[in-house]
Amino acid sequence: MAAQAGVGVASLVSRNEKTILPEWVELQKKAGILHTGRISEGELQSQSRNFLHLLHEALTQGGTDTSGAAYEPARAMLADLSRTRALQGFSPSETATFIFSLKQPLFNALNRDGTLSAEQIASTVSTSTALLDELGLFTLEIFQKSREEIIVRQQREIAELSTPVVKLWEGILALPLIGTLDSQRTQVVMENLLQTIVDDEAEIAIIDITGVPTVDTLTAQHLLKTVAAARLMGADCMISGIRPQIAQTMVHLGVELNVISKASLADAFAVALRQTGRAVVKTRRIEGFALPGKKSGGQDA
Amino acid sequence: MPTTKTDRVAIKISDDVVRVRQLTRALSVEVGLSLVDQTKIVTASSELARNTLDYGGGGEVTAEIVEQGGRRGVRLTFEDKGPGIADIEQALKDGFTSGKGMGLGLGGAKRLCNEFSIDSRPGEGTKVTIARWK
Repeated sequence: MAAQAGVGVASLVSRNEKTILPEWVELQKKAGILHTGRISEGELQSQSRNFLHLLHEALTQGGTDTSGAAYEPARAMLADLSRTRALQGFSPSETATFIFSLKQPLFNALNRDGTLSAEQIASTVSTSTALLDELGLFTLEIFQKSREEIIVRQQREIAELSTPVVKLWEGILALPLIGTLDSQRTQVVMENLLQTIVDDEAEIAIIDITGVPTVDTLTAQHLLKTVAAARLMGADCMISGIRPQIAQTMVHLGVELNVISKASLADAFAVALRQTGRAVVKTRRIEGFALPGKKSGGQDA
Repeated sequence: MPTTKTDRVAIKISDDVVRVRQLTRALSVEVGLSLVDQTKIVTASSELARNTLDYGGGGEVTAEIVEQGGRRGVRLTFEDKGPGIADIEQALKDGFTSGKGMGLGLGGAKRLCNEFSIDSRPGEGTKVTIARWK
């Protein structure tokens, strides 16, 4: 039964391919797919032609069972198309229109076809509607999945990108934290900092939280653990960039950071230089004249 | 006390805690709270949302803009159907925790707000309401 219905649709497609294809492409163009500028007319033509061809093959061989093996090539092509469109930034409806806009040309062809009885027309309409709906949903599912993959990848990128450890001077590291300190990112932060302390043989690490919008007890706990781990490795830690509102909030929360903390990274850096026996000295801008033995910047004392 | 705006956020995963913070910040800005007060209630919301998630097994927050006698404020109600708190006085004490946290969240949230009330029955769940007025 299913195979018979499939053959009905298949023969309809093969008999009317010449009219279905241009009508279908025209409908997609009317839906504004070309205005997005993400796809050329040529591409649209070839995608539509390919799919119609694959659909015809599948219908002839496998009837209307879209999960069957005969539909494998058609599904693969749709999956590829959805994935590409998700990456290119198409909206879900722009992507699903590819399939759903095929209905109208198919029904038009059915109307023009004089050889079918009313009963046959009705059954072909219901079969092809169910078929295209299934394929349309499949497209959307793949589209959604691709978008989720993109989000997961971006999350991972953000987690790694936003935690660089910066070397300020010989033995002095800075870790400018930005954004939310949820536990997964804190793990990356900890590992980065501890590894860099080893690699650079750092004595002092400054954790700057200017870019952290909220410091709650969990964030504070993560910070303190990071500080404790750095201490165990022989590096002193400082926390800088505590804004007034954060300071007040932390006092109310009752959180005590038992580390040297400074309002700005510059202040913390100055302390770090002092602790490592260095100083920043101002020079006068007179040519041929400099304070004895010093240049600007923190030269070793 | 008339309510001019109500939002609800489900707290099911740790990303929801971030959403609660963002919603609280948006409402505080709308009410016109000062930067310090904004930070206070956002931090309190973060603590309570995490409690709802970690100890209450997930729940829901109702965030409202409320008005009373010409003053506007933000009110948040956190509700869960978790195990509840047997000894509220002990739970509010600094340094006490039944989990792995610092034990400062609940008491801290109380200190960060103008109004704080907690209603909890063992086996039935917990409801915490906080408000910060302009």
